[in-house]
Amino acid sequence: MTLEGRVWKFGDNIDTDVIIPAPYLVTTDMVELGKHCMEGVDALFAEKVSPGDIIVAGTNFGCGSSREHAPMALKGAGISCVIAEGFARIFFRNAFNMGLAIFESPGIVQGIQEGDQVSVDQDTGEIIDHTNGKRFLANPIPPFMQELIEVGGLMSHVMSKRRT
Amino acid sequence: MPQTITEKILAAHAGRETVAPGELINVRIDMALANDITAPIAIDLFEKSRVESVFDPEKIALVPDHFVPNKDIRSAVQVQAMRTFARKYHIKHFFELGEMGIEHVLLPEKGLVLPGDVVIGADSHTCTYGALGSFATGVGSTDIAAAMITGEAWFRVPESIKFIYHGRLGKWVSGKDLILYTIGDIGVDGATYRAMEFTGDVIKDLTMAGRMTMANMAIEAGAKSGIIAPDEVTLDYIKPRAKRSFESYASDPDAAYADVRTYDVSNIEPQVAFPFLPENTRGISAVGTVPIDQAVIGSCTNGRIEDLRVAASVLKDRAIDKNVRLIIVPATPAVYRQAMAEGLLEIFLAAKGIVSPPTCGPCLGGFMGVLGPGERAVSTTNRNFVGRMGHTTSEVYLANPAVAAASAILGRIGSPEEL
Repeated sequence: MTLEGRVWKFGDNIDTDVIIPAPYLVTTDMVELGKHCMEGVDALFAEKVSPGDIIVAGTNFGCGSSREHAPMALKGAGISCVIAEGFARIFFRNAFNMGLAIFESPGIVQGIQEGDQVSVDQDTGEIIDHTNGKRFLANPIPPFMQELIEVGGLMSHVMSKRRT
Repeated sequence: MPQTITEKILAAHAGRETVAPGELINVRIDMALANDITAPIAIDLFEKSRVESVFDPEKIALVPDHFVPNKDIRSAVQVQAMRTFARKYHIKHFFELGEMGIEHVLLPEKGLVLPGDVVIGADSHTCTYGALGSFATGVGSTDIAAAMITGEAWFRVPESIKFIYHGRLGKWVSGKDLILYTIGDIGVDGATYRAMEFTGDVIKDLTMAGRMTMANMAIEAGAKSGIIAPDEVTLDYIKPRAKRSFESYASDPDAAYADVRTYDVSNIEPQVAFPFLPENTRGISAVGTVPIDQAVIGSCTNGRIEDLRVAASVLKDRAIDKNVRLIIVPATPAVYRQAMAEGLLEIFLAAKGIVSPPTCGPCLGGFMGVLGPGERAVSTTNRNFVGRMGHTTSEVYLANPAVAAASAILGRIGSPEEL
């Protein structure tokens, strides 16, 4: 499957407090969380973003709190995937467990500009910037994580194992 | 094959002789934890699975500590969901107001996490329990939902980094300063995916409170876990609390590490982490003039009785600056009562500070001391990200309890030596 959208760029160490500030952690509604997505760095982000848009960021994306509200808020805002130089581990784990597509691609921040139209082939990991014609490759997804994506997240994985 | 303490604990819980870094394994867990922010998502997922019972009602801890005492109606609804779930599935360790404390201070205090355990918590500071010689790590709500069904969790076995601390700590230098100094050295992603193993004669001399402060902030270097091998100090703390058997592990002398870092810490000063990352550390003498509006002493990092004693020793017979608000948060009811018995609360109130009931509130800008636009706080908590304690233009400076108390008196960030 291919994900395609317009790029929003962020720097290094984007923490979960800025992805979804703590005062909004009084709900588990993805759409409502999405309305405050990235509010800590860009108060108007949720208004500007369109369904399918892609976030490109630097190193250590999603550092800090384990709040699963962070990947939920990104999904709720319509973000189709996050491509980063690197992810903090709890965020990485949460994204696969709950079904937000993420890709690690060192060098991506240099090669892609905000507003570029970008597509990601989820099977091959090929990232194409259709605005400047550049191509990138995402790091391969470990087999177990691939399995999680295919079955639709950790809960589906657990339940399918229980049935067998 | 020589193994680190982390590898030994994970192997034992995976039913294996040995495990190697990079391997993906399924491990049995001894405790799964969630709070009033993260439990509601896990509860929703659990109920949707239509499984009829949890794997073990004694191995789940639900601690409503973040927005409790309920700060608003929606927080109340989240705690109601926890309460209902706890009753329905007979969860033994649900902590109602009055017994509730900050989770990472409460669970060790109650003897619910022990050496050799594997603990997962839907809270990033779950790594605190590594100070007891357990493998403990933060996960998400979905992991907790899955673990409540299976009693297991999946992990990539982490490589370990060994940190060796030598020397003698200066008068106002604590576990908080050691971990801030370390994060300042390796950076906020310096230990990503790895286990930080703290060793050396300085660690041996550290109290359990100081050790828990260090392990608590391993996540601020991106680590999966922080760990300290159990010794006599650990066992003195654990023995009166443990209600089940446990096992103490230690790394083999020839175990493999991704990196070994040795620090002589005799000359380090109390550390202050400037906004907006915990790695932006400076020694107290290099801070310059930073006026503050608020000082917070508490949290899972520094809300233990030892921390309050240090703060009280600085605040005794003094009053805080008239432009500063001082908020002190004993982390658990036991810490609160002990502070009361020792006369510490009297010292705090006489200095014109306030004493809050146990809560995480101010640390994450939830309630009980939210910062307004442009306000500055010195805090004994663990994060100084943009907007962490309030408005996005507010600032948080991380420090130890002695520095936070001295700063409240001085009206600017400073050392107890200046008083």
